Amino acid sequence: MPAPGPDRGPGAGASVLDLSIPSDVAEIPGVVDAVVERCTAHRFSRQACSLNVRVALLEALANAVVKGNRQADDKRVHVRAVVDDARLVVDVQDEGEPFDLDASAQDPLTPEGLLREDGRGIFLMRRLMDAVERLPGIPRGNVVRLTLRRA
Amino acid sequence: MSFQMHREGEITVVDVEGQLIVGNRQELKQKVLDELERGERKFLIDFSQTGYIDSSGLGVLVSLSKKIREQGGELRLANLNDDLKTLFELTKLDTLFQIAETRERALDSF
Repeated sequence: MPAPGPDRGPGAGASVLDLSIPSDVAEIPGVVDAVVERCTAHRFSRQACSLNVRVALLEALANAVVKGNRQADDKRVHVRAVVDDARLVVDVQDEGEPFDLDASAQDPLTPEGLLREDGRGIFLMRRLMDAVERLPGIPRGNVVRLTLRRA
Repeated sequence: MSFQMHREGEITVVDVEGQLIVGNRQELKQKVLDELERGERKFLIDFSQTGYIDSSGLGVLVSLSKKIREQGGELRLANLNDDLKTLFELTKLDTLFQIAETRERALDSF
């Protein structure tokens, strides 16, 4: 996995979580709970923990499991979360075909978008996180990095 | 996490316990569609016991709303917690659904 931040590694007192899960949606809530638990320990706000981190990470993991790995038995999703008192940086890596995050994003707020069943995942990640980016230069699969500063 | 269904007069009430996410949304969809197929037309989904919903859960609600309306029925929601209200506001789905503060108000609104 890439380093946890472009400008620094984990600082003193940071919590680091490295996990690898099968491409099974049933595995997602456990990962989310583990990251939220660490954000709570680092005194992120109630809403940051229960809404921003929880939903954005659910979306990133669901994308990796369902769209990236297509729920294949032989592919895994790797998660590295670094939390300290300043911010959360979490990388979600799949083993699927490369994709363009911007091209995949839709606008769910248009009259047509409002009535669509899909198309809200990337939108929600971007609204709930300070930054959402697909890291360049990954030799295999995709890494989506979510960053949230502690308010 | 599970979905409990019961009848209140003509209204089918669904309680969402825990979460409505990618891993269980199809279960909710199928349960409601089964009731629609049986001839039920008035549905209330109560979120008083719901922690969180993701985009696929929101999508299922949109899909169910369309299917129920196509059959001449109505879908209403009740008891969104603060996080869920924020989620509906961010996605503007608060403009698409009739959302009541309480189950009683939702039942009275049909």
